[in-house]
Amino acid sequence: MPDSKQPTLWHEFHKGILRENPNLIGLLGMCPVLAITQEAKNALGMGLATTFVLIGSNFVISLLRRLIPPSVKLPAYIVIIAGFVTLTEFLLHGFRPELYSALGTFLSLITVNCIILGRAEVFASKNNVLRSVLDGIGMGLGFTLALLLVSSFREILGAGTWFGLSVTGEYHIPVLTLAPGGFFALGCVIAVIHRLVHKEPPQNIGCRSCPLADSCAASKGGCSQ
Amino acid sequence: MTVFGIILSAILTDNFVLSKFMGCCPFLGVSKEIPSSLGMGAAVIFVMLCSTAITYPVYVLLLMPLGLEYLQTIAFILIIAVFVQLVEIAVRRLLPPLYRALGIYLPLITTNCAVLGVTILNVDLFAASDSFLGGYLRALLYAGCAGIGFTLALLLFAGVRSRLESADIPEAFRGVPSTLIAASIVSMSFLAFNGIG
Repeated sequence: MPDSKQPTLWHEFHKGILRENPNLIGLLGMCPVLAITQEAKNALGMGLATTFVLIGSNFVISLLRRLIPPSVKLPAYIVIIAGFVTLTEFLLHGFRPELYSALGTFLSLITVNCIILGRAEVFASKNNVLRSVLDGIGMGLGFTLALLLVSSFREILGAGTWFGLSVTGEYHIPVLTLAPGGFFALGCVIAVIHRLVHKEPPQNIGCRSCPLADSCAASKGGCSQ
Repeated sequence: MTVFGIILSAILTDNFVLSKFMGCCPFLGVSKEIPSSLGMGAAVIFVMLCSTAITYPVYVLLLMPLGLEYLQTIAFILIIAVFVQLVEIAVRRLLPPLYRALGIYLPLITTNCAVLGVTILNVDLFAASDSFLGGYLRALLYAGCAGIGFTLALLLFAGVRSRLESADIPEAFRGVPSTLIAASIVSMSFLAFNGIG
């Protein structure tokens, strides 16, 4: 393929951060953005852990892209991703035990984060190693940005602090740190980001870049219609 | 945990979608109409029960004696993926009407974090219990009730969303943002159950 038709390396890196942000624009991987965003500190940890898994899985899947037969690609991808998740669990358990216990089950659930499987299917299985790693870094940072935005919204307004530092003092809205606040904060952040980037909010969740779109109910009246 | 406590917490107080935030993608994606929510819910209950029925013994009888607990993520996701694939093939061949009703949701369930979540939580909650059978039955009960709670949240939300279609919403909030804010209000109603847990 001639180089002139391929996007630049810089584009592969920065597209994931805002313009094609996997969470705020692509609407994938909503669960951690709702669950781990009571505190900006934990959200940052979750974002970086996911970024690490994403870079690792993109790297390995891109290396193996000609070896994995299409019929078993989904289980193969899932095993590669789960391997990196287990590695991350070990590292956090050893070096950041307090973050490890704060993330709890959601650390293991990085395995089923659709962003990672989605990038494996859409990008890493079709592009070379350098591009896949850059894509992983950009998408991971985009996801971290989404986590940071939502958690800052919730922590500043809900608890009156930011990264544990007092901001608004005693004036805060405690419900934002509870479960309903997660949905509310994400809704507001998505509305604002779409206003800034696309000017029109999305009508449906997730299916555009969902890795399972071909095989699931989406095309037959489940998600998208 | 008592049996009643398990039922109450899995369905209401610790509802998987609305207070644990597991399985949000299908919750927001498939909740547009009541029939599709019922189909998705039934498929999730079935897969949660069956995957717990397999993963719990694998963890307690195989991984724990060998000291391989750290393999749980890889082992569980592989079991779930293989199981879902097998069920899909079997249902498509043997029960075509059921496949048309539920089968289309099955591939979506492999990467549903509620299913992996329930198997991991079950192991965390019950693997330390004294007798294998007692822990196993509790884990199955918890899985079934978690699925029922998921279906309940999906059905309630489908009802809210059909009303949302005709509401007059500010332009910037139309579509997904308003859906999320409606979910926040439904979740607030579940917050009220916290007192009885």
